[in-house]
Amino acid sequence: MTARIQLIPPRPKRGEIIEIRVLIQHNMETGYRTDAVGGVIPRNCINVFSCRYNGAEVFRAELSPGISANPFLQFYTVAETSGELELSWMDDQGRQDSERARIVVSE
Amino acid sequence: MKRLQRRGFLAGLAGMIALPATWSTGVVAQQLRSVEPLLLALTNGVPVRKGRVTLDLPQLADNGNAVLLKVSVESPMSATHHVKSIHLISNRNPVAEMANFYLGPRTGRAQIATRVRLAGSQTVTAVAVLSDGSFWMDSAPIVVTLSSCLDES
Amino acid sequence: MIRRIAVWFVAATLAASGIAASGQERRIALEDLRSGIAFSSREIRAMQEDDFANPGMLWVEKGAKLWSAGARSCASCHREAEKSMKGVATRYPAIDHGSGRLFNLADRIMHCRSERQGAPALRHESDELLSLTAFVSHQSRGMPVGVSIEGPARPHFEAGRDFFYRRIGQVNIACAHCHDANWGKILFAETISQGHPNAFPIYRTQWQAAGSMERRLRACLSGIRAEMLPYGAPEYRDLELYLAWRAQGLPIEAPGVRR
Repeated sequence: MTARIQLIPPRPKRGEIIEIRVLIQHNMETGYRTDAVGGVIPRNCINVFSCRYNGAEVFRAELSPGISANPFLQFYTVAETSGELELSWMDDQGRQDSERARIVVSE
Repeated sequence: MKRLQRRGFLAGLAGMIALPATWSTGVVAQQLRSVEPLLLALTNGVPVRKGRVTLDLPQLADNGNAVLLKVSVESPMSATHHVKSIHLISNRNPVAEMANFYLGPRTGRAQIATRVRLAGSQTVTAVAVLSDGSFWMDSAPIVVTLSSCLDES
Repeated sequence: MIRRIAVWFVAATLAASGIAASGQERRIALEDLRSGIAFSSREIRAMQEDDFANPGMLWVEKGAKLWSAGARSCASCHREAEKSMKGVATRYPAIDHGSGRLFNLADRIMHCRSERQGAPALRHESDELLSLTAFVSHQSRGMPVGVSIEGPARPHFEAGRDFFYRRIGQVNIACAHCHDANWGKILFAETISQGHPNAFPIYRTQWQAAGSMERRLRACLSGIRAEMLPYGAPEYRDLELYLAWRAQGLPIEAPGVRR
């Protein structure tokens, strides 16, 4: 799945609050739509999302069909050490994906 | 001749407009649930107080498919005093629990934003669970309109 | 007698604001042209202007990957799209000199894929085609629409113009009734736009996906209860050329966001 990550500011100082924005391409099928012959299209939404900072989970979200297609999330974390942010998610069909972003923290 | 054309145009438009089935407030009221049971289940019966939470939602949405929503909670976000989770509840969507967000002392700022789907005009409620065991909420009404023309593309 | 005068007066007023078009007169003067974003809500404008969170950018990003993918990738001939594709979207639809047909940008990409890249054909409105079209159009963002209606394009322009002014569908109205005569007015809960193609491909919140101008035309046809012509129909191409001429000078906004 195509996914975009944005860090604001892109190169934070230690102790600075970073805004993390993520946009994931996923149609978040609600399970309430019907196809051309009246059959229900089964639900398939991203149901869990997690952000790990150098391995430690700093943010988690449980989503539902009430979240728009191509989900957009914005949350915060405090810049500590340089390393890696790993954003991962899973949908109702069990498909997992993740996207990594390097985080460079200055003193 | 021109008058007939114009009348035909207006009549045609009236036929094209998809009127919502929920013109009367009585019918809309039937489709709105009380969120009380869900709130009490979330807090184990502890009352939820209004305050500390700000839910930003537009007053009007074109079609309810992608409405930007922001929740911020007043909190120092320290190890001893922080927001543990934020919950979004709809009183009209088929799935009332829209999303749950889990924060902690490393969060920095108790604020989240996302885009939500709203199945019609309703009131959205945001509940914050704090580390001291208290529960706070804010709610915001929104009118969701329908598209003028049916789109079967 | 009085009634006859009144009927004449009404007829004359309506004729003055009438729908019939001839030659190349513009119903909306160039200086009065406004993109659909001007008729959109604050929230839709904010979504479009946010280069990160604009959902259409997911397709642009996927298009950038597809641009460089494979042995005979787009990049193998066209190198960096930022340079080679700059301005391209402003010129489409245009005549393909090889076949003599009128191509929109998606047709050009499909043609390149099968004829020059030897790759499997891309389906209309497929994710890949939308991604490539969004990526290529995006390279012309901010540049003014400017298509040619001369030479072999002329008959297509005229066919498109005739379509624009023809009453169709159960509702029996022409494109011009909404988009020439009533733009800026409110229909039900929406403000009618001038009907320009400059922002396509767009992310339409109603579709919850990106889509082409062709899909949007199909949506319009279904809205007035007319038969939706199949994807690839020449009527769409002709109409797209007329719409691009009508939108001359408006900036490309791809990927646009609309309700």
